[in-house]
Amino acid sequence: MALPFPKKPFHTHGGVSVPHCKNTWNLPTATMPPPKRVILPMQQHIGASCTPVVKKGDHVLLGQIIGDSDAYVSALIHASVSGTVADITQVELPGGQRTAAVVIDSDGKMERDPGVYPPAPLIGPKELALAAQSAGLVGLGGAGFPAHVKLNVPEDKTVDTLIINAVECEPYVTADHREALENGKNVLDGVYKVKEILDVHRVIIAVEDNKPDVIARLTEIAENPEKDPLDEVRVLALKSRYPQGAEKVLVRACTGRRVPAGGLPADVGCLVMNIASISFLASYLRTGMPLTLKRVTVDGSAVAHPQNVIVPIGTPIRDVIEFCGGYKCPPKKLMMGGPMMGLALYSDELPILKQNNAVLAFDEKDSAALEPTDCIRCGSCVAACPMNLMPLKLEKAAQRRDREALLALDVATCMECGCCAYSCPAGRQLVQAIRLGKSIVRNAGR
Amino acid sequence: MEKLIVSPAPHFHGGRTTQRIMLDVLIGLCPAMIASVVLFGVRAAVVILTCVAACVLSEYLSRRVMKRTQTVGDLSCVVTGVLLALNLPVTIHPLMAVFGSVAAIVVVKQMFGGIGQNFVNPALTARIILMNSFPAPMTHWTAPFAYSAGADAVTTATPLGMLQEGSEDLPGDLELFLGRTGGCLGETCALAILIGGAYLILRRVISPVIPLTYLGTAAVFSALLGRDPLFDLLSGGLMLGAFFMATDYTTSPVYWKARVLFAVGCGALTMLIREFGSLPEGVSYSIVLMNIMTPLLERAVKPRAFGKPRAGKAGDGHAS
Repeated sequence: MALPFPKKPFHTHGGVSVPHCKNTWNLPTATMPPPKRVILPMQQHIGASCTPVVKKGDHVLLGQIIGDSDAYVSALIHASVSGTVADITQVELPGGQRTAAVVIDSDGKMERDPGVYPPAPLIGPKELALAAQSAGLVGLGGAGFPAHVKLNVPEDKTVDTLIINAVECEPYVTADHREALENGKNVLDGVYKVKEILDVHRVIIAVEDNKPDVIARLTEIAENPEKDPLDEVRVLALKSRYPQGAEKVLVRACTGRRVPAGGLPADVGCLVMNIASISFLASYLRTGMPLTLKRVTVDGSAVAHPQNVIVPIGTPIRDVIEFCGGYKCPPKKLMMGGPMMGLALYSDELPILKQNNAVLAFDEKDSAALEPTDCIRCGSCVAACPMNLMPLKLEKAAQRRDREALLALDVATCMECGCCAYSCPAGRQLVQAIRLGKSIVRNAGR
Repeated sequence: MEKLIVSPAPHFHGGRTTQRIMLDVLIGLCPAMIASVVLFGVRAAVVILTCVAACVLSEYLSRRVMKRTQTVGDLSCVVTGVLLALNLPVTIHPLMAVFGSVAAIVVVKQMFGGIGQNFVNPALTARIILMNSFPAPMTHWTAPFAYSAGADAVTTATPLGMLQEGSEDLPGDLELFLGRTGGCLGETCALAILIGGAYLILRRVISPVIPLTYLGTAAVFSALLGRDPLFDLLSGGLMLGAFFMATDYTTSPVYWKARVLFAVGCGALTMLIREFGSLPEGVSYSIVLMNIMTPLLERAVKPRAFGKPRAGKAGDGHAS
């Protein structure tokens, strides 16, 4: 019993129209030579930190496990170059948390670990989750949720729809765009594999309609009567409106279903995977090479030659920017991820992480922020909120540290997409206030 | 490397500011201002300028005295000045206009915390204060174009005043639409208000929810009460109130469903006052009363967060 495909996307509430600034979509991806040194933090995912399993002076090979954890919600860390462990140190991640990091001095040979070989042919969902776990795969769209946890659908839930997230609604970022154009066949290989193993009979590849070339390319590949005789894989063009790629919004747009508050897409029969994740999974099943490379968009008004680059994970951002011609003017703001949800960095010595999809550097003019003034109750934030919240009231409740009010206003439902602050004429830092509100609710027991 | 700015996301802003919104409102008020000068002469411009100057000065001085950040630049006090002036008769004594402006800005707005904090509309409340302080000058109406006839202030009545007195000689719909009737500066010309209102809706400064619901409810009540709906829509301050006063951000609800209730209340009260009240006009009182109701409406009607079940329903998972 096949589910029907939606002819057009379902209506989603709120959101904002952002400038696309997709300057790099038309440029082929460059591949960066191995850097002199990589820094591999033990926390590049949501969940428990890994512990280094190598020590200073050890010789490591490309693809070798260097960080492991006993916790289920965690992801393995692999060496992204071959060379010598120069140090085990502490780094402060962009989000502010401190974690251990393995520093490897590259020998430039990129010598593969002989332990890297393709996994045995997969027979069931358990093996698929296990493969994702040994590959160290996390959600590559930005959140960094360990893929094996996601793929291990609880037994009481059935997934009837696989959604491939190729929406890429953040301004500037084109990494998924290039992935689709350069690696489309691989993406579909991954889709057919996962679909077969999880026994899913409806796959929706969601793309924003500002990428007609991606829609055309993926539709062309997806029309494959040999591998998909029942036409169970289709591309769906979504309206270009931020945050169309946010998981809950995406599930709503593709299926009309609402993920319950505090729930997961699996609660409404959906599994959402980023296009880069599924493409990586396909290559891993073929080669056995774990996640050591990442495609990132390097752009922004302070970068000389914006483009997409495939870099070894752990490469310092400065090296990546130098590979792109360096800074053309002094950067005032540097960020990891897109401008709507990305994290501002305090230094360009930080490494590229698994879940990074962009590094943006902006000049002084583009870094200027509005001075916050008093809220005028215009209601723009309420109209823009895709989660139907009232950001202006959340901000006030957070400032009063009023836990009851925060709970009544459903603070936990906020996904921090930034639509409220983006549209606020008073320039109020609503997302920051809401994050404070979340921590007030979390820490209330202490 | 120079120090980097580390600020929370989002790092981009949509570009719309409070100042820009207020400027748009002023642009939206231009047709009504021009109409007032055409209909009532240069003296209309004097009233507008007096109110704006008094409002700006009041805002500046009260922020200074209270040692708070200066907010004259956001232009909201200019909007208040223009709106107050458009709600006054052209023959108003300038000192009365100044008195109203000071009341609007100092008492109604700044004493409650300034922009975004007042619980009633400053311009409308000032109009009510003036109506109660100076009833005769506030209801002294001159006929449009009286200035060009050479005669000094030919007095007339407003269409609603005529209706209340049972006059047979009511102005026609076209006269009302073009504003060739007695009344406050900015309220008579429906055409000018509609042009300005359309501009605000197109610029997305206001949503059409409040004006359309307000006007629609008023028309329905007018018909139910056996009046002429078109006459009611085009006369008095209803158009000006629906597009420029009831849509005031600060004193109306932020959520659209609560806005619907707010506007229904405005429309119903306006018509009930017009039909049963001792005053011919009820727009100011109805909007101010609904302003006071706004916090209650916001409590009663709240958006339901995404993925939260409807009250009394277990789940809302699959598409309905």
